[in-house]
Amino acid sequence: MITAGIDIGSITAKAAVLEDGRILGSKVAFTGYNARQAGKNVFEDLLRELDMDASSIEKTVSTGYGRNSVKFADKAMTEIICHGAGAYYLNPEVRSIIDVGGQDSKVLTIDSDGRVKDFAMNDKCAAGTGRFLEVMARALESDLDDFGDLSLKSDKPSKISSICTVFAESEVISLISKGKSREDIIAGIHESVASRISSMARRVGVKEPVMMTGGVAKNIGVVRALEKALGVSIEVSEFAQVNGAVGAAIMAMRL
Amino acid sequence: MTDVDKEKDSRKIKSVGKMKEIMTAYYIDAKTAEQTGKKVAWITSGGPVEPLIAMDVIPVYPENYGAMIGASKMGGDLCQKAEELGYSGDLCSYARADIVCSMIDGGPIGGLPKPDMLICCNNICGTVLKWYEIQARYYNVPLFIFDTPFCHTEYADESRRYVRKQIDEYTNFLENACKKKFDHDRIKEVGRLSVEGQELWQEVLDTAMNRPSPMTCFDAFFHLALIVTLRGTQIAVDYYQSLLEEMKQRVADGISAIPNERYRLLWDNLPIWYRVKWMSEKFAAHDACLVADTYTSAWCGQLKYMDGDNFLDSMAEAYTRIYLNIGVDEMIKIVLEVVDKYDVDGFVIHSNRSCKPYSLGQYDIQRAVQKEKGIPSVMIESHMIDERSFSESQSETRIDAFMEMIKQKG
Ligand code: SF4
Repeated sequence: MITAGIDIGSITAKAAVLEDGRILGSKVAFTGYNARQAGKNVFEDLLRELDMDASSIEKTVSTGYGRNSVKFADKAMTEIICHGAGAYYLNPEVRSIIDVGGQDSKVLTIDSDGRVKDFAMNDKCAAGTGRFLEVMARALESDLDDFGDLSLKSDKPSKISSICTVFAESEVISLISKGKSREDIIAGIHESVASRISSMARRVGVKEPVMMTGGVAKNIGVVRALEKALGVSIEVSEFAQVNGAVGAAIMAMRL
Repeated sequence: MTDVDKEKDSRKIKSVGKMKEIMTAYYIDAKTAEQTGKKVAWITSGGPVEPLIAMDVIPVYPENYGAMIGASKMGGDLCQKAEELGYSGDLCSYARADIVCSMIDGGPIGGLPKPDMLICCNNICGTVLKWYEIQARYYNVPLFIFDTPFCHTEYADESRRYVRKQIDEYTNFLENACKKKFDHDRIKEVGRLSVEGQELWQEVLDTAMNRPSPMTCFDAFFHLALIVTLRGTQIAVDYYQSLLEEMKQRVADGISAIPNERYRLLWDNLPIWYRVKWMSEKFAAHDACLVADTYTSAWCGQLKYMDGDNFLDSMAEAYTRIYLNIGVDEMIKIVLEVVDKYDVDGFVIHSNRSCKPYSLGQYDIQRAVQKEKGIPSVMIESHMIDERSFSESQSETRIDAFMEMIKQKG
């Protein structure tokens, strides 16, 4: 059975196609202004890459903030259930999942059957999300893709508040003017993200093994900071960013 | 009428019309008090109202008015005005909105009638103290503060003596304010009616134990108004009598509150007044009926301490031991009982940034419910009447995920 999952996040749109639970391919694109169009585009691009026709897809599930705008999907499901399903598919041993996306971060626990047992999401603030990191990258005039490696070079991370994105940005600017190194500031930013997420994770109760998903999982600095804050090791799959879409395609198999 | 409309119509609770009539008459009475020579007292929602009724004083509840502000979606604007005046956005949104309504002489129904006195009972929170002090200065009227010590676990003898003494001070205050003797025979009658009204309200809520339930907590939020405002009157007793009959009839006729009740949920905290309809439709679309809540039962939860024959004495204890004035461990016990009583499948927690005493301890309560009862829960963050703080897509994702969890559980 061939299924597809479409995950429309606030920053990126992702698509994945699975055949009998095997990943055939996946794709990431910017969401932009029009979520509906973004879902359609990323899906069509992926099909083209795979040299497949839309008619060969039997079932499609959409997820993410734009889930209801994907009109061609058979069903819309929340990213919480889909991230749980995706992580369970990648490693059925996993019990906790930390997903950090563009505008939200969430922590969920799953049972041995892959069912979500509990979850928590960030409060109404971008602190502790991908957007937070984007804002910081702009303030530092750095490329977000370099953040991970740069932060690993720091031995004295700066202290940055985790309460508010806007305040944190002005803190970063003042640290720059004080001549703190870019590496230390970035490491401090990662610690701030980690502290925000770890308190949420503790509320739900972290059970190992822990997997991190979502676009921010590509940032090794955040992963390390979270490991330190939670005292656990965290695995990251090569499909971390498209995990929601993979999970959606898994859920589509059960429709 | 389309089929959908007809279907909806068949589920409507008929008593709604009667309730609206009573509330309109009540507010007309209060707003014309000056002409009719009656006195008006503003009182906090958890305050001992019976002595006022016994003295023929019309009680007016800024918090009930707050709910009205929220339901008419005026909360955001009013709260913003309060912030412009210098009140912090962290302050309870009822307090912010009410203070501004006084200052601009506006709000729903053209504002509340001016008070002749203020009765503030801090069994619900500490915010009301400052809020009522501000209003006492603004209207230049006497303020009576009824101080109820917090009951972590038990009602100590010191508390008992301390609170009981204040009841005499309260009646003295009323005698001075009304310039007439306190009627000790009348209070007995009022006390009896108060207990009777609360018993009936409890019975109404208990009809939700039926499967399917004839009412949701969203209905309870509405029908609650009389037990708050007209507690201790025959009007409230008669109304709840007829509402109870209607509920029993619905059960007998198999009329459920939502079309396909498959899941039963418990709500914690105040409603999100400007989103009641949205919420009720959202949950109904998931075949989920919110059969109980911790909020509306607060006006009948202390019945065990009340004694209709010895009302004034028992009132002291009953008003001190209300849900918001007890420790989290005690709250947990109550919530666990409710979970069993109404046989619920999930727990919806409104983390209400307005009401700190209600929202503090929710994580502990959540954990206890998960541990003891093994049911899923979800937390939604908001302010009860400040709609600027509500994020629809975030709340929607939480609710949808929560319902998916319950469905997965099977
Ligand atoms: S803080 Fe809570 S209890 Fe106090 S007035 Fe506001 S809503 Fe009522």
